[in-house]
Amino acid sequence: MTTRLVRSVAGLALVSAVISVLIFRLNSPLAAVFELSVCAGLISVIFVTTISFTQRLTPERLEERRKQRFDKYLYLPIILLAVGILLLIFKPRMDFPLPPVPKEQDARNIIWHLRHIDLLGQILVILAGVFGVVILFKEPRK
Amino acid sequence: MSLEGAQTFWYFNIFITLLFVMGAYYIIASFNLIRALIGLELLIKAVTLLIILAGYLTNNEGLAQALVITLIVIEVVIMVVAGGIVVSVYRNNHSLDTRKLKELKG
Repeated sequence: MTTRLVRSVAGLALVSAVISVLIFRLNSPLAAVFELSVCAGLISVIFVTTISFTQRLTPERLEERRKQRFDKYLYLPIILLAVGILLLIFKPRMDFPLPPVPKEQDARNIIWHLRHIDLLGQILVILAGVFGVVILFKEPRK
Repeated sequence: MSLEGAQTFWYFNIFITLLFVMGAYYIIASFNLIRALIGLELLIKAVTLLIILAGYLTNNEGLAQALVITLIVIEVVIMVVAGGIVVSVYRNNHSLDTRKLKELKG
């Protein structure tokens, strides 16, 4: 089980790397760097650390879970494939109007001037996360 | 939006939809808490790509990048706290199976 979880995390990191390439192709290099370094790097480390705190499940339970999963959700990939084929055949036009937004292309200017309140929110979210982790791992008083 | 923009949106939209369905499928089909977190991560990645795509098509890449950076910071904090919760659940229940999470008091 642990090996399969680590493989899943590796797959997630691969998806993140592909997405960072796509973001770079969409003319957003700063977000691509963040995606590659933080999402593909830091979050993978967080997942592997979390997995390392857990132990291996027994093979009997693993086999039982695998059978249940295949029995219950066998039809979902088929539906997904059918929907994908239908979407490929009937390409809908997405020619809808979008509201105008300020024309500022430099992400650094936008972060530090136009969206500077977001930075305050980010700091508060990080502090909330730090306090949450401290409370979660606090040793009980004897 | 121009015709080329609509085509670009359509091609990326297939990938975004696939990512979203994969994440939802991961959350629904799995009983492991860590796999549920991975599914949530896939959902967030789909939203990230959608924001960047919208910024590209409306010629507002800077604003989209600023929003995505904020989203990534929030995403990391969510994953750190959720990882801590997963470890705490494992310490209390000796299992990561969501079907065994019947005693959440405390």
